[in-house]
Amino acid sequence: MDWASRKNKFSSSNTLARQPANPQKIGTQCRGHHRRTRRSPDEITMFQHKDQRTASRICEKSISSCALFGLINLERRRVTCNEALRAISCMSERGNGLGAGFAGYGIYPHFTDAYALHVMYLDDKAKRKVEKVLMRDFQVLLGEEIPTRRARSTLHAPAFWRYFLEPARSKLQEEEASPDEYVVSRVMKINGEVEGAYILSSGKDVGVFKGVGFPRDLAEFFRLEEYRGYMWICHARFPTNTVGWWGGAHPFNLLDLSVAHNGELSSYDVNRRYLEMWGYKCVMHTDSEVISYALDLLLRRHAIPMDLALAVLAPPYWDEIDSMKCEDRDLLTALRRVYGELAMIGPFSIIAARHGEMIGFVDRKKLRPLVGGVRGEFFYLSSEESAIRLISPTLDNVVRPRAGEAVIARCEAPRAVAMLSTLNQKEV
Amino acid sequence: MDLRESLEPRGRLQVDGNVALLDATGLHYRELNALMRRLSAEGVENVELHNVNGQRYIGTGLKRPMNIIVRGTPGNDLGMFINGQRIFVYGNAQDGCGNTMNDGLIVVHGSVGDVAGYAMRGGRIFVRDDAGFRLGIHMKEYGGKKPIIVVGGGAGDFLGEYMAGGLILVLGLKEEKNECVHSPKFVGVGMHGGVIYMRGCTIHAGKNVLVEGVEDEDLKLIRSLVEDYFNHFNLDLRVNDFISDEFVKVTPSTSRPYMGLYR
Repeated sequence: MDWASRKNKFSSSNTLARQPANPQKIGTQCRGHHRRTRRSPDEITMFQHKDQRTASRICEKSISSCALFGLINLERRRVTCNEALRAISCMSERGNGLGAGFAGYGIYPHFTDAYALHVMYLDDKAKRKVEKVLMRDFQVLLGEEIPTRRARSTLHAPAFWRYFLEPARSKLQEEEASPDEYVVSRVMKINGEVEGAYILSSGKDVGVFKGVGFPRDLAEFFRLEEYRGYMWICHARFPTNTVGWWGGAHPFNLLDLSVAHNGELSSYDVNRRYLEMWGYKCVMHTDSEVISYALDLLLRRHAIPMDLALAVLAPPYWDEIDSMKCEDRDLLTALRRVYGELAMIGPFSIIAARHGEMIGFVDRKKLRPLVGGVRGEFFYLSSEESAIRLISPTLDNVVRPRAGEAVIARCEAPRAVAMLSTLNQKEV
Repeated sequence: MDLRESLEPRGRLQVDGNVALLDATGLHYRELNALMRRLSAEGVENVELHNVNGQRYIGTGLKRPMNIIVRGTPGNDLGMFINGQRIFVYGNAQDGCGNTMNDGLIVVHGSVGDVAGYAMRGGRIFVRDDAGFRLGIHMKEYGGKKPIIVVGGGAGDFLGEYMAGGLILVLGLKEEKNECVHSPKFVGVGMHGGVIYMRGCTIHAGKNVLVEGVEDEDLKLIRSLVEDYFNHFNLDLRVNDFISDEFVKVTPSTSRPYMGLYR
């Protein structure tokens, strides 16, 4: 049986007919020549105009027991994602096959200076629209379909394309924007306005590969064994309050910042409204999306140091602030006043990554697990210690971030793994 | 062919009388625990598990007494609901160790993750190094059943949260590079029964708890538990080095802390 007829058989089977809301069915259009022209009523509800969707949001929060795993080689030696995949698969109980994803750093050595856009298309129309924007605003060095292969649970995958871009010089000068700002404005424009198109990652030498399935399925689907990166962030999802769809999988990315999250942000709507004032568009139907935009705003646009950015996301309690010495107290008070709406309220453990550094941090009550491990030039972060021990049975050091505390690993000199709490850094 | 028949010829499972040796590499927790229940039903009373990595609920559901040695990193909810079994871990335990255990013993030669001793109803847990957050959350006692947790190192915040009974002893023994390991905040938040003894640290306690020095009677109890702790981990007995004013005792000031909250 060939792929096309097998697919037809699936589409017409009773199993799927009884589950019209199967999120995996979205965007079967545009996968090469296997195109479906009609959508089920549920899909239409879910993927109607983006502005309507914002008005009647189908997902405001998500409670989950996801699995997180991150691996970084502090010497920037590139490795396959195989070990990270084994580790995240060891925590299979934490995910339920409704989402998984990978962010690889250093995976495009031939295009290190070009912005790599990974775009998910639900239909051909979206692709035409997006490519029109890209041709107009960028110099496109290469545009190609991301190589995939058939894998379990990925029968109804949307189409994935990647573009290596440089901002069009004349336009960039005209707008007097930094290249990063220029790219972000296009990402938000496309995500916010082009129906059926979602930019999954937009950094230099970074790529996010994600979708519906278990981590192993997605690694198989995206042929991840063909890539090598010095840092891999992985996530296995267990969505309970929001839909498990291809765009809702983690990691979430903007430029070179990627975020994988386990937990629930009760403050999602407050955070989202605040970020929308700064031009960010939240379109992925998942609370975790705001973390990546919040960190982008704080770290890149407002150039706030990492420890203070984390103090915005997981702010110290007022009585802790009151007991600080005068200048610290004033600083932290100002931060809470200015960025109160970026406080992430709810349980979380988060792995965030930028080029050359990986950060793990937990909420200020520590309601989700996170463990770190150091072994030689590798640093690992994981929801469970056993996942780290699977690929590195002996560890030089095990670190467990406490409430509101972060552990940070940096490649650049001074190369270090450190515990970071507000206004305080300690090497481990 | 069932799991046992496939493991035995390869030497991964050896059963000799009431003693069994099992290599747990790659086994799913359901397979591992089903095998343990089967061995228990066949009269095996001592099991040594090697290469344990991430398997959950080890020891759960056994009907008869069993001594279980775990080498590796057991998964979440180690010894959940156990009723008289004894578990000895050579490695670190993850979250939920001793969840709702009814009776028995868990000895961890390493650290435990968060919510160890969650809703524990009886038995004892000894941890050589550190405990994570919410140690002994909602543990309780009734009649003759009184759960006890002894931690050699430090404990995380919310120690004894909603505690309704039993005893937690945190010794703060380890010379930590990171001194903040032993300064838990919100100790005994919502506590309305039981007692927490802590050594050598400043207490950031929840509301509705009393923080006092220890009496002779408390010290007698502490000494006997410290002796047990040192015996379990083969450490030099230094019980007499413990002086009474190093300890503080945290007890609830009322058995109904939230009475009147919604009036």
